[in-house]
Formats: sequence, structure tokens, C-alpha cells
Amino acid sequence: MRPSLVGDAVPRRLWRLPLGYFGSDESRGSGMGGLRSGYVTGVLPGVLWTFVVATTVAVAWSFATGDAYRPSLIWSAAAGAGLGLAGLRWRRGGSRMAIWGAMALVVVAGLVASWSPVAVGDSATATGRVSALIATALGSGIGLWVILRDCTPGALSRHHFEAALIRFLTGFGYIFFTAIVLIPFYVMVMTSLKSQQALLQNPLDFSLDLSRGWDLLRSYRELLTDYNFGRYLWTSFGVSVATVAITLAFSIPGAYAVARLRFRGRALFSRSILLIYMVPMIVLALPIYIGFSMVGLRNSLFGIVLIYPVTTIPVALYMLQGYFRGLPAEVEEAGLMDGLSRLAVIWKITLPLSLPALASVSLYVFMIAWNEFLLAFMLLDDPSKFTLTRGIASLNSSEIPRQHLMAGAVIATVPIMALFLGLERFMTKGLTAGSVKG
Amino acid sequence: MTNSTEPAPIQPPPQARPPKGRGRLARREARLAWQLLLPTLAAVSLAVIVPLLAIFWISFKPVGLADLRPPAPVLRESLRGDGDDMRVEYRLRNSSQDQQVTGVTLRDTLPDGVELRGEPEAPCQVEAREVFCDFGTLEGGDRARVAIPLRAAGDPDLVEEAVEGSLPTVTGNASNILTNLDFTFENFIRIFDGAEFWSVFWVTLFYTFFGTAGALIVGLFAAMLLDKSFRGQGILRGLYLFPYVAPVIAVAFTWVTLFDPFSGSANALLLQMGVTGEAINFFGEKPLALIMVTLFEVWRYFPLSFLFILARMQSIDTDMFEAADMDGASPFQKFWYLSVPQLLGILSVLFLLRFIWTFNKFDDIFLLTGGNAGTRTLTVNVYEQAFAVSNIGAGAAVAVVIFLCLVIFSVFFFRVMSREEGL
Repeated sequence: MRPSLVGDAVPRRLWRLPLGYFGSDESRGSGMGGLRSGYVTGVLPGVLWTFVVATTVAVAWSFATGDAYRPSLIWSAAAGAGLGLAGLRWRRGGSRMAIWGAMALVVVAGLVASWSPVAVGDSATATGRVSALIATALGSGIGLWVILRDCTPGALSRHHFEAALIRFLTGFGYIFFTAIVLIPFYVMVMTSLKSQQALLQNPLDFSLDLSRGWDLLRSYRELLTDYNFGRYLWTSFGVSVATVAITLAFSIPGAYAVARLRFRGRALFSRSILLIYMVPMIVLALPIYIGFSMVGLRNSLFGIVLIYPVTTIPVALYMLQGYFRGLPAEVEEAGLMDGLSRLAVIWKITLPLSLPALASVSLYVFMIAWNEFLLAFMLLDDPSKFTLTRGIASLNSSEIPRQHLMAGAVIATVPIMALFLGLERFMTKGLTAGSVKG
Repeated sequence: MTNSTEPAPIQPPPQARPPKGRGRLARREARLAWQLLLPTLAAVSLAVIVPLLAIFWISFKPVGLADLRPPAPVLRESLRGDGDDMRVEYRLRNSSQDQQVTGVTLRDTLPDGVELRGEPEAPCQVEAREVFCDFGTLEGGDRARVAIPLRAAGDPDLVEEAVEGSLPTVTGNASNILTNLDFTFENFIRIFDGAEFWSVFWVTLFYTFFGTAGALIVGLFAAMLLDKSFRGQGILRGLYLFPYVAPVIAVAFTWVTLFDPFSGSANALLLQMGVTGEAINFFGEKPLALIMVTLFEVWRYFPLSFLFILARMQSIDTDMFEAADMDGASPFQKFWYLSVPQLLGILSVLFLLRFIWTFNKFDDIFLLTGGNAGTRTLTVNVYEQAFAVSNIGAGAAVAVVIFLCLVIFSVFFFRVMSREEGL
């Protein structure tokens, strides 16, 4: 978004607040009073947090070993209540004795009486059993100790109560987001390394049989040799680079004109860029398909390189003109005064100043072209001309084993991820600048 | 006082008036601007405006996938018989079953070594080895057969090769359904007919609304988590962007694999934890599939909302929070009365933009379910009508409906945008 969006207006609602609106630290809400007792605050987040940790450990251990782990509702509630009470600051400053004691108690109860927050199936090894128990106890105990900072047994101030709640939500958020992002990618990579029988036998077992050695990468080898994926990789790379080059060649002059030069219809133009950017690809894909079939551009990479930049030029133009507007016009005017022509100003002053923006735009356009699926799917039928995404789509059939499909997905994901992680700063900027588009 | 003593009002000299119209410099600047914009304008109009017009045109045409190739006469030439019975046969067929081809003619040259043995069959004439036949009009599905008796000496195989090796030219005019002036409302009647359109429409709205709102709320939550500096904040931020950066085809197939009813890990996990008694067909059952594709949308696009919201959050003035702290505001009060009003602008812009984009989304659902199990949205319907049912006209009609919805949304969007951004 453009920086002007980041305004600094004081929120209107704040003005209307009466003096002393927020109340003092000591004020107690009548309804919330009971809930804000330290005991409740200790027990409730204690139970919830311990259950979250137990579930996390169970899922992680299941995925790592393939054995049956699951959180036990009763015992994680019991352990959570105990740990929560032990985590309260009974004395000023608190003592760690209570929480360590409670953690030890959870471990002992789990080992001796199998009252464990994480229930374990028969197949699990002893090491797995004990490590899951200890991890749960440590995770819930230490987490609760942090969550319940400043929480005393008696009545709590609204401040302390909400702060504890926020710390609980924060911890939960980190676990939740990390899990939902990591699990699919973990499954993608691990599935590509397994054999079909192993997958069907136990879909949860992602442990690697390291004795297979290089044979682990068999699906990759087969994709690269039998399925032409090496070639697709290069095709995708070439198409993406060409798209970036063409897009920049078109959008830099256009963006400069919209950002700097005065002409009739400028406002209309900068609006219609955004509008064009919103036209759905599927609406355009149909006539493009028909047109390309008629002139014989279908099934040719030339046609793809012709059409990809058109989808990215409006985005690039929109991103670049925002950046050009932010550059100081005085520098360019100085260049004009010194006798440079406009084009020379663009080439010698504006472009060197906007290298970071050009990097962001290039990366973003590269990402769009690399990930593009719809046009490649509709326009390319000849397996020798596939791009990577089109190649993966052709792997999605019941005759081709799953691990090949996942290996294809990994091959397509790794380069763009490497690029992204290496140049994250530019990428993040590029994403925020232009990519309201999905 | 007399008027005569008063000085005359000072008239500005006529040449000092501010210039009207635009000066040379301004004109030159505008010309340069248009020159710089020309390549973009040309490319965009060629690839966006022309297809848009085309889609409106096609939506009023009764055109199927097969009609993309216009009808034409198809020729087979063969040498038959031998000795006194030898003849070359031309067989013509109209490639279309229901449309006529007019002005069908055939030209061929008889090779050396063959002689005419008798009169050629009508409508063919032979003059100095040049064969010319005028078939007139071929109705849809019509065939024509004409034979020219020949005499030849020598190896029959060689003769056959020589005769069939000549390349006859066939001409014929057919009205191309894409360019003629036949119009029909049938496409629109067909897509609005019956309950199907409305069920598709409601599915689209459900998917769009909950996908957008969900991504926004989850993104807000993620942004609040990362709106503080701690070690590893950069790593987590990069990690949380993964779903958006990875190719859609890779992550969509991963979800399909993960939630497979037979070999999916998610089902195995749920079964083993005792949450469900039997395997769930996540992408195959009616209401569940729609919820799953919406969840996928939320999962894939929360990184975007979180990036925008985080950028906005980090630009909020901290003085305000310090003042609120002095007033004894609790954390939730600070969030609700300070952060939320500050974020409302970006949230509404994001919501509208993402709403439009989710509405336009095709790849995700197409890859996850192919539009089955009650997940067919308008965009998937374009593809279904045009390529699965092979009715390009109906597909174009759906595309027109999408485009009109989009126009309504963007009018709304520009209103809000102008307010928020002063655009």
C-alpha cells in the first residue's frame, strides 16, 4: 500500500471518551470479579495451556514416530490445574520450588500410575513415552510460570488478569501458527521421501528409514530422469526471467509517466491500472485460449512469454509508480537543469535511486510467473513444453504414486522459497506494496 | 469631489495576462508521457480490453468448443481400378454436421504419364491436365464424390503414387460462428435457468465472505503476535509467509494428500486421537468440502493480511499507548479503543480488495476439488461450462456475470478507497 495509508490521525472514538474512562487499577468489574480471582486465573489457563501443550506434543510425537499418542482430557486437566495453582505467586516474587515440584509430580504420576496428560498406545517405545511425558510437563510448567507472572492467589486487578490472558493467547498463537504452517510443508517433504507401501500402511509414520541411503531420493531421481522435470525446471526459470525482463521494460516508463509527468487523464489512468489489476484471469483466459488457438500460439512457450507479462505489467506499474512518487523530485529537476533529457534523467537518476524497488518488483513478478498455473494449464498440452506447474498438474493422476506428486511439489517450492528466504527483505516489501492480488 | 480628478484604474497591459491553454513545455511533457505509456497501453489493451470485448461478444453466440475450427470441405483423393476401369476419385466431405460451406471448388493437376480416358464426371472439367471442379454449396454433413477416368502405362504403384501425390487445392467459404452476426440469448437463459446458478452463486458468496473475513481475522491475530521485537521475530515472520509464497499447485496437492480419506495423515491422526470414529472424506462431502476450501483460502492468504496489518501497526504512534497506560487502561481496552480504530482503515481496504480477489479466485478450488461436492464457484463454473460441457458460449456468459459483479464491487471499492487514501 502507499505510505499515505499509514496516516496518523487520532482515532475519533478516543475523543469521545469521558475523563477517567479507563478506571483505576483497583476498580473491579462486578461481573468479572469472580473470574478474576487468582485461583480461577491459575486453574483455567493452567488447564487450557496444559491441554494445548499435550495436544502439541501428541501431534509432534505421532508425526515423528508414527506411533499412537493422544492428549488425555482428564489427566491434562488434572495436571493443568495443579501446575496452574503451583505457578501462582504465593509469596512475593514467587518461588520456583512449587512449580518444579508440580512438574516432577506430573512426571512421576505419569510414569508410575500412567496418569499421563499424553496417552500412549501400546506400540510406542519406552523412550518415546518418557520423552513425551517430560516434554509435556516442562512445556506446561515453564509456560504457565511465564503466563502467571504477577498473578497472586487472591483477587486480581483487571490489568494483571488481562495481561495473563494475553500471555496465554500469545503462547497459543505461536504454537497454532507454527503448526498450521509447518505441518503441510513437513508432510509434503516427508511424503516425497517415502515409498507407496509405507504410506498406505501407516499414514502417520513419517520417520525416515535412513538405511535406504540415496534410495530415499528415488522419486526425485525418477522425476528428473523419466518425467522430464529437469527440463520443466529450466522452462519455468526461463519463462519467469523473460516475464520479469519484459514487465520491467514496459512498466518502468509507464510508471514514471504516471508518477512524474503531467498529462490529461493521469488520474483516470492511475485508477484504471488498479481496475485492470482486478479483472479475473479466468474471464480473460477463455478469449485468450480462443485467440491463441486461432493464430496457432497455443502450445508454444512464445505464447506463454507473450501473455504472462500482460498479467504482471499492471501490478508492476502500480508498485513502481508508488515508489517513484516517493522519490524527491528535486534531484531529477537538478538533472534536467543540468541539461539531461527526460530519458537520461530516468536512466541516470531515477533508476539507480529505485534499485531496491526494482528488486522487490522483480522478485514479486518472478514469483507470480513461477507460480502461475491457470494459463499454463489451459494453453500447454505438449509435454515437451510444460512449465513446472503444468508438469505437476500432469502428475495428478491415479496411476502416478503420491510421492512423485509431492516430490514435484517440493521441486517447485524449493527454488522460490530459497529465493524468498535469501531476499526476504525485498520480498516482504514487494508483497506489501503490490500484492493485494492473490 | 469630481470624477475627473480620480486617476484612471490601472489596466494590466494585455500581454501580461496569465497564459490560457497549455504552453509548449506542458504539451511536450504530455507528449512524452503518452510516448512512455504507449507500450503499456498497447499491450494491456491487446490482452485485456480485446479479450473483454471478445467475451461479451462470445457470450451472445451459440458456440461450442468444436466450433472453434470453422467448417471446411475435407478432401480424400484416391486412384481406383486398373486398366479400362482406372479412375481418380475425389471424395469431399463437409467437416461440419449442420452448417453449409459455399463456393466449394477443387483444382488439381494430372501428373505426366496419365491420360484422360473419357469425359470427367460433372461438375469437373479437364483442360490441358488441369482439373477444375465446382461443387457449389455443400450442406452440413454432405458428401460429394466425383471420378475422372484415366489411362496410364507403366507400374501401377508408381502411377498411384504420382496421381495421389499431386496436391489438390480445395476452397470453400463457411460462415464462422465467431465472426458472423448470429446472436442469441440462449447462453444467458441456460445459465440462469434452474436452481444451479443460484446454488453456485451462494457458494461463491459463502466462500468469498468467510474466506476473506477469516484471512483478515487470522491475519490480525498473527500481526499482534509479531508486533513486538524478540529474537527470532524475523524467522517467524518469514515462516508465516510460506503458505502465500509457495506455488498454489504445490500446497493445494499437499492439502489433498494430507486430508485424503484413505491415506491422509489428518484422518489417521483424528482416528487415533478418537476425535472421529471413521475416516472423514474432507474434500468429498457436501457441506464439509466447502468449509475445507474456505479454510484453505484462509490458510493461504492470512500471510498477506498479516503483512499489511503489521506494517500499519508498527506505524501507530506509541505516545498514545503511553498516555493510555498513564490513564490506567488495561491491555484489552488499549486494543479495543486504540489499536482497532487505528486499524479500521487498512482493515476495510484490505477486506474489499481481498473480497474482490477471492471472488475472482479459480486455481485453489479447481485444484482442491475441481468444483465437486458443492464447491463450484462462479469462476470454476466458467471452466466447467466452457471445457467440461464444451459450451464456450455459456462459459463466456458466466464470465460476463462475474465481470459485472466485479464492476459493482470496484465502484464500491473506489468509494471507500477515496475516503481512506485520498486517491
